[in-house]
Amino acid sequence: MKIKIFGFCLALFLLNLGVNAQKIKGSDSVLPLSQKQAEAYAKKGGRATVTGGGSGVGIAALIDGSTDIAQSSRKMKFGEKAKLVAKKKQIKEVVVAKDALAVVVNPSNKVSQLTRQQLEDIFTGKVTNWKQVGGSDLKIIVYSRETSSGTYEFFKEVVLKNKNYKSSVLSMPATGAIIQSIKQTKGAIGYVGLAYLNKEVKALKVSFDGKKYFAPTIETSKNGTYPIVRPLLYYYDIKKTKVVSPFINFVLSKQGQDIVRQVGYIPVK
Amino acid sequence: MFRGKKYFIEALWEGLLKISGSVTSIIIILIVLFLFSEGMGIFKKKVVEDGYVIAVNKNNPVKDLSPEQIKNIFDVKIVSWKELGVNINEDEISLLRLDDIPNYFPEDQIAEDMSNLPQIISQILKEHPGMIAFIPEDFAKKGFSEKVLDLGNINLKEFFGGKEWFPTAQPAPQFGVIPIVMGTLWVSLGAILIALPFGIAVSIYSAELASKKVHKILKPVIELLAGIPSVVYGFFGLIVIVPLIQKVFNLDVGETGLAGSIVLAIMALPTIITIAEDALRSTPRAMKEASLALGANKWQTILKVTIPYSISGITAGVVLGIGRAIGETMAVLMVTGNAAVIPHTLLEPVRTIPATIAAELGEAPKGGAHYEALFVLGCILFIITLIINLVVEYISSKNKNKVA
Repeated sequence: MKIKIFGFCLALFLLNLGVNAQKIKGSDSVLPLSQKQAEAYAKKGGRATVTGGGSGVGIAALIDGSTDIAQSSRKMKFGEKAKLVAKKKQIKEVVVAKDALAVVVNPSNKVSQLTRQQLEDIFTGKVTNWKQVGGSDLKIIVYSRETSSGTYEFFKEVVLKNKNYKSSVLSMPATGAIIQSIKQTKGAIGYVGLAYLNKEVKALKVSFDGKKYFAPTIETSKNGTYPIVRPLLYYYDIKKTKVVSPFINFVLSKQGQDIVRQVGYIPVK
Repeated sequence: MFRGKKYFIEALWEGLLKISGSVTSIIIILIVLFLFSEGMGIFKKKVVEDGYVIAVNKNNPVKDLSPEQIKNIFDVKIVSWKELGVNINEDEISLLRLDDIPNYFPEDQIAEDMSNLPQIISQILKEHPGMIAFIPEDFAKKGFSEKVLDLGNINLKEFFGGKEWFPTAQPAPQFGVIPIVMGTLWVSLGAILIALPFGIAVSIYSAELASKKVHKILKPVIELLAGIPSVVYGFFGLIVIVPLIQKVFNLDVGETGLAGSIVLAIMALPTIITIAEDALRSTPRAMKEASLALGANKWQTILKVTIPYSISGITAGVVLGIGRAIGETMAVLMVTGNAAVIPHTLLEPVRTIPATIAAELGEAPKGGAHYEALFVLGCILFIITLIINLVVEYISSKNKNKVA
């Protein structure tokens, strides 16, 4: 009898878990944000489990239905959309936060602003000395993230206009390592997420039109004047709207957007 | 009855040992087979990224483009068809990616389900004889009227002779392994050159010259070195060794092959010292005493008797040390800068095989060309270590004969 009751309770518990727990999977850049959101959401009685793996992994899981929400640091690719069409699924996209990339140099560097064209020339290897862009006579050392990182792809797409980095770029496994290296190397340049900016490196003002330069701050990224900003997205199946909307509404609520700011990203509201 | 039972237990033990031995060998062979079978798939992959094709105007006479040419075209480094030896009335190359379509065609005329894209792309290509397009395969099938280039598969020459490693480049990833293999060899060679003299010197001191007291302190300290996680060595290297190298050699950048070599040398030292010392200690007392009795002094005995006698043990230690150096990942990933260019000196940034695999495998789509390319890198690493092992085996067997 006791076993039966226990079994019944267990089944009820599992059923409950299956109904309420939302599975969120995908980008490692969005991971810390989603985790904090899930913790706060749990205090309100909701349940969400968050796993990483990369934007591509999350979207693939959404397409075959093994996750409820895919977190992504990039827009869905064309090939992924084609797969969705083939599976006759309709997906909704929600921007939950934004992330700005700051271009950083060693604090001793005299250069304080660059245009997009200059950045492209530096990262693709056309410009190799700081004096060519108004600095002192010093070789430019370019630091980048690993090729597998979403940040690498995003910077390549927006700043380099899809051209490849030069092959002598030094690629670092983590943002912390980039900051450490730029701090140590006089001629260094690299890019990091806004949340990682600190006094050990100098952030450059950037201009995409060649006239107005903007420094990377939460304000300039929020009002859209700072150009190197990417959306952090949640994707979900329209059929599951009812299941996922409490969590997504929480993320977009005032409390959720405060968490966005705490994690170091830019709130959308 | 009693004897039967004892016999049975002995037979059981023997059987168990036999089974565990063969199971281990089989597993090792299976791992190697798996490595090679995953890796060889790459030579069946197309040059252009999976699911995409390169298309040109119908009248464009171009037949074949190498991955390198495709990359340079899309990086705007090759801008005219003449550079490729192609004569065409519109010489300047223009590029078309899916995102560029709205620049050539009003966006509101594109169907929502994109079903009319093949026609649209055909029309754009028709109007621009010098254009080259990078489009999904699906749009180059039904209703597509222009020329799709058949660029063939990734071939051995491009893979093993290529000088550029851009595994995620679009449209054509570049899998040139030369810079990475060279980087691995440079870093390991540097590590051996640093670790060998130090390792052997310390092991001779510890085995032959040190007093018991010193030995009691020295031995655990060295063994402690082996217990430090490699990521800690990497961190130490990045914060201490990298700036030091930058200052000492007055370099623009401190993340160099040399930094990797030094960190690896420190990591290989405990292995080399422990094994070489054990080998030195195994020299029979009678041999040493015979040498001393003949009037040789301590140094002569060490050089002429102890070292030759234990040379195979010392080389074994060195091989294991090198093995650790070549396969080491995390520490190297943090200090060598990981730039995939062919190094000419140890004072340039280098990229090694293990660091490449560790940094890229996590995000490489399973079964794709990039994934398989990383497995081929694993095969290359395996072959390098195998060759080193065979060479050393050969040398030590020769030396043994000489002493005997």
